[in-house]
Amino acid sequence: MQMKKIFSVFLCVLLILSSLVFGVSADDAYAYDEEYYSKFKNDNLTLYVYNWGEYIADGSDDSMDVIEEFEALTGIRVEYTTFDTNEGLYSKLQSGSAYYDIIIPSDYMISRMAQSGMLEKLNYSNIPNFEKYVDETFRNPDYDVNQEYSVPYTWGTVGLIYNTKYVTEAVDSWDILWNENYSGKILMFSNSRDAFAIALKRLGYSMNTENPEELREAADLLTAQKDVVQAYVMDQIFDKMTEENAWIAPYYAGDYLTMSETNEDLAFVFPKEGFNQFVDAMCIPKGCVNKEAAEMFINFMCEPRVSAENCGYIGYSTPVSAAKDLMDEEMVSNEVAYPSAEVLENSETFRNLSDETNKLLDDLWIEVRIGKLTAGFWVTVALLAMGVCALCALSIYRKQKRLRARNAVK
Amino acid sequence: MKLNARWTSYPYIVWMILFTVIPLFLIGYFAFTDASGDFTIANMEQAVKYIPALVKSVSLAAIATVLCLVLAYPFAFSMSRLSFERQKMMSMLIMLPMWMNFLLRTYAWQAILEDNGVINMLLNSVGLSSVKLINTSGAVVLGMVYNYIPFMILPLYSVMTKIDKSVLEAANDLGAGFFATLYRVILPLSMPGIVSGTTMVFVPAVSTFVISGMLGGVNNYLIGDLIETQFLGNSYDLNCGSATSLLLMIVVLITMAIFNHFSDEDAEEALV
Repeated sequence: MQMKKIFSVFLCVLLILSSLVFGVSADDAYAYDEEYYSKFKNDNLTLYVYNWGEYIADGSDDSMDVIEEFEALTGIRVEYTTFDTNEGLYSKLQSGSAYYDIIIPSDYMISRMAQSGMLEKLNYSNIPNFEKYVDETFRNPDYDVNQEYSVPYTWGTVGLIYNTKYVTEAVDSWDILWNENYSGKILMFSNSRDAFAIALKRLGYSMNTENPEELREAADLLTAQKDVVQAYVMDQIFDKMTEENAWIAPYYAGDYLTMSETNEDLAFVFPKEGFNQFVDAMCIPKGCVNKEAAEMFINFMCEPRVSAENCGYIGYSTPVSAAKDLMDEEMVSNEVAYPSAEVLENSETFRNLSDETNKLLDDLWIEVRIGKLTAGFWVTVALLAMGVCALCALSIYRKQKRLRARNAVK
Repeated sequence: MKLNARWTSYPYIVWMILFTVIPLFLIGYFAFTDASGDFTIANMEQAVKYIPALVKSVSLAAIATVLCLVLAYPFAFSMSRLSFERQKMMSMLIMLPMWMNFLLRTYAWQAILEDNGVINMLLNSVGLSSVKLINTSGAVVLGMVYNYIPFMILPLYSVMTKIDKSVLEAANDLGAGFFATLYRVILPLSMPGIVSGTTMVFVPAVSTFVISGMLGGVNNYLIGDLIETQFLGNSYDLNCGSATSLLLMIVVLITMAIFNHFSDEDAEEALV
């Protein structure tokens, strides 16, 4: 997930200004509970935190250095490292090669990890801020129905980003990603889950379907799309869209806000067929030694002051409504960052799929990416075969020549 | 303590066992087992279905390797004839791009080749129309050549510095012209460099996924991208990923065996 540098500079300046004017009272209302946070002050503990890259306010652009603030407040040291995909996080934990106290996976990965017994159950009485601040809508979510393993960190949506300079028609549907008029200017997700979600939604199916027939249909749709797609990408979408090398792409709403700061022609829409809403939430992996301290960290991240800083910096949406009091008005009222309940009605969150479906999804995706065998393939095979034959012939020829030369010497 | 030639190899042997031999066995193990650890050949069967991606990778890597050789060979020869000081400077210049991260270098090529990239902007500014550069097989080959050519130049250069000037003079004295000297003297003597250079370019090129992902667009899904999908996709499919990796390794091994076969003959010839 990406950083929102330029946006956050602007935002933080506003934040500071606004806190000078009205912030004082809000700051007082959301002061830290010093007594609670001083519990491990002298225990010389270290917490290992594993988060998405560029996914926390780090003190740059006048933001709060959240980690430093936590260390100063609690006396607990934090070792902070980052990952770039849920799947990467999963394989790292599976391999058992690393130790973490706090991880921040996305929704479907949380249910997968919980099912595989990779997560500790949280003691919510050690996380008072959950009860106090986290919005009702984010409690008992699909991915953690009994609210046992996770505390939401940020949330966001996936929608369509397009450039109004080149796309003048009204856009309201995923259909445009298949439109031949924009051939070569369309980008697509390179990760299978997100790509299939779009195709499935366009077909009117759930993005969590386990029906192989529906998935095959989606794969056919994605194969048909290949002719108009420029490239399958993730973070490269930033450059390609802002530099206008591509005109239409599906991506995260929070990242759209960053891009639109660089290129004002970019627009964002929530497609009518439905779209993905995701939540990234904090969890504690099995085997955590300082669980109570880890829960203290999670509690700290739910402090409205901290959540406001984080979400202001990274541009994703906060599940802690109180934090909005401390954030820039323009950001909070932005329909892209905080769509209305009516819009969100149309969204769907990823659920964990069965192993078989995950496997089928990847296999189908590879089939889509390899594509049908074309004449070019057979020409290449023929050329390679000819090359090998030519090398062998040359080898035999030289061997015989050498033999002859030796015989001649004798 | 006497310097014992056998001891000196121990640190690397330990390293190799830990990070090459054991992983190889693991790949072999995973390739022939299923998720519960039972023997199966289903993974290999599936990997065989991915031969089209493998063919594409091998052909692009082969083209890139040949291009690297054609570009590097004459250059390495002329470099080896320079004064010692200049040789030092040259080899530093060749290494220079590597001071920057591989990913960033490839990312830079993306910015250069884009539809609105540096090259097309220049073309437009002199009144020419844009050309399609990025998201083609050519762009992938370019990325491979750019990134791996130092690995071709350096081994070639290091064998060529060992070709004594007097050998070339002797060839001249015996009446060998330019082509005869090249074909009968320089080429056989530099064969070990050609072989190691080719290996060092071909092997990383055939398994790349960064270059094809960034510069290749839709139709350049290589075997490296595929293996990445298997390991880091939704299903964390160690077994199929290992089977595909094993298949790739077998293909690379066969290719290298064919090549080494040549070099042995030539080395033999050079010694005669």
